[in-house]
Amino acid sequence: MAEKKPSILNRLRNMTDTNLLLTITIVMFFLMYIGAIVFQGKGFLKPQTFFNILNANAALIILSVGLSIVMISGSIDISVGGVTALVCMSCAVHLDYKGGNVFTAFLLALGIGIAFGFIQGILIAYLDIQPFIVTLAGMFFARGMTTIVNTNPFNVENPALVALKDTRIPVPFLGSYNKLGEYINAYVEIGALVAVAVVLILFFVLRWTRLGRNFYALGGNRQSALMLGINVKRTKFYAHLLCGFLSGIGGFVYFLHVGSGAPTHAAGAEMNAIAASIIGGTLLTGGVGNVIGTFFGVLSLSTIQNIVNSAGLDDAWWTGITIAAMLCLFLVIQSLVLSRKKKK
Amino acid sequence: MKKNSFISKIAGNRILIPIVALLILAVFNFIADPSFFKITLGYNNLGNPVLSGYLITILDYGSELAILALGMTLVTAASGGQDISVGAAIAIAGSAMLRVLCGADGRAETLQTPIIVAFLIAVVIAMAFGAFNGILVAYFKIQPMIATLILFTAGRSIAAWINNNQLPIVNDQGFTVFGGFIPGIPIPTPFFIAAACVVVIMLVLKFTNLGLYTQAVGINESSSRLNGLNPEFIKFITFVILGICVAVAALIKVSRLSTINYSVIAKDIEMDAILAVALGGNSLSGGKFNMWASVLGAYVIQFLTTTLYKFNVQSDALPAYKAIVVIILVIISAPTVREWMGNMWTRMNEKKDAKEAKVNG
Repeated sequence: MAEKKPSILNRLRNMTDTNLLLTITIVMFFLMYIGAIVFQGKGFLKPQTFFNILNANAALIILSVGLSIVMISGSIDISVGGVTALVCMSCAVHLDYKGGNVFTAFLLALGIGIAFGFIQGILIAYLDIQPFIVTLAGMFFARGMTTIVNTNPFNVENPALVALKDTRIPVPFLGSYNKLGEYINAYVEIGALVAVAVVLILFFVLRWTRLGRNFYALGGNRQSALMLGINVKRTKFYAHLLCGFLSGIGGFVYFLHVGSGAPTHAAGAEMNAIAASIIGGTLLTGGVGNVIGTFFGVLSLSTIQNIVNSAGLDDAWWTGITIAAMLCLFLVIQSLVLSRKKKK
Repeated sequence: MKKNSFISKIAGNRILIPIVALLILAVFNFIADPSFFKITLGYNNLGNPVLSGYLITILDYGSELAILALGMTLVTAASGGQDISVGAAIAIAGSAMLRVLCGADGRAETLQTPIIVAFLIAVVIAMAFGAFNGILVAYFKIQPMIATLILFTAGRSIAAWINNNQLPIVNDQGFTVFGGFIPGIPIPTPFFIAAACVVVIMLVLKFTNLGLYTQAVGINESSSRLNGLNPEFIKFITFVILGICVAVAALIKVSRLSTINYSVIAKDIEMDAILAVALGGNSLSGGKFNMWASVLGAYVIQFLTTTLYKFNVQSDALPAYKAIVVIILVIISAPTVREWMGNMWTRMNEKKDAKEAKVNG
């Protein structure tokens, strides 16, 4: 007879990969946050600290979500950071030197993102070229183009954009009292709202639409997806198109956050986005992943960076080493999860 | 039919691609400005004879790329992926070399250790990092590019950390030989180092089964396992060999400047190394390779870089142009495109045959 109440261990063992990895990620995030509160003092208890992390990482969340979708469908895109830099620089030049307005700048951002997604998608899906090579070239092209558009970094002075950049949306009930006893509202920036909206929309798309399910099917097993009658090439193309579109949005959100254009913007963002997706439980081999996990992956990454910085290791190289170490750890966890499946 | 097979024989030869690219670049430069090919003999500030000119620059800077291309070709052939951490690994190896040469404070007037000791330590360290990549790829089955992405991110940070973020300077003239000129010989030293590396690799390929085994693993991993090979170990060993190549390239790079700049040294060189392998007509998804073609590819890439510099392209904008070259290359070599072009070719021939038949009939 099967036992009536399965133990937690058994329940963990019988979980699907997606849920298991998602659980690990969320538990990891809360452990890390509690660790931060215990070791770094009360600063992390304030809701605003959390919202600051959200504000600073809104663009990264959007980029990572796009990357997760590509990874779920069994491909990869490392051009997102370069595209972000290109979008920032193009929008900055468009606003300050060409006298454009914020709306056309937004359209420009979307256009650049979609163009990258479209071309890379065609090359990868229809010409069967290795995604890594195509997007590596895309990354170098975007970085090079950024310098060609404008070499020197500069701050945008367009009043409409500055106003948007400084817009703070108050969050009710979560404010705190400062030293003088005045109540200060907690706030989020526009970008953070966009990021949360993107995560929610894509969560529904991945879960309940045919396209979303096709992404999983394609990443899980290309051959069986083909036999199920899924147009694998078009699905892969859509994944890259969507990722390009999201890097356009992410680039614009980044632009809203920093309000400037510079060739060094979003340096290493592709790495952070890949790390966030992997920490969030997306398998490199495809077929497994969840955008909610990616969301928590970004937050974990940022929390650990905050811990490292406030622990006095604020030299720039520690951040790189920490992210690499975390990525390494989660890659090994993934490898173990995969071998678990094989044994069963 | 005879013509068809002749053309396919030429097209099938891997070394053709870099040669054609080289010819196109050379003709382009000749038309734009024939002074590109001028070589002058001068004397440097030490009174040694040196050759200078764009072609010598290509020979000089293309050599470190050629050394990297040797290792990268093996890694590509065995694992079907590329190591994108070579630039960061050069920074680490170079940093370690300087640390050993200059001692802890980095401002020593004389060398603290013989150059050969420092070089060997750098080789060991670079091999260790290669082994780290190799273990992740071979035993943990992580895609090579993702696995090496870890070192790609952390590498320059580790390099800065080795020297406590200081910039040690070597004051010894003997150290500049490796990236400059041997007194009395007007050809840059890196070329000789590259030649030595090529000879060593060729001897290894000739007298051991390394080449055969890497190709077997790259073509079909499971069937090579059934034939008694150990695919994991072979993949692992290619990454270690790439580590040695990285250390040699680091020696040249550091010797050029007698110091190091962690964020700039060997920047974007991974792109050039991959490009060299691709230009050599080697499949980037593993399998058969041609070492000569890769080496030639490396010099062609440097030819392209030098040409772009000559036309006053900013160094930050270079990647954009190279990216276009990569894309064109991969499109040409994509199987789908080749098949399509092959079909076009046969259709054209059929049409011609039909026409001839009509004329004759």
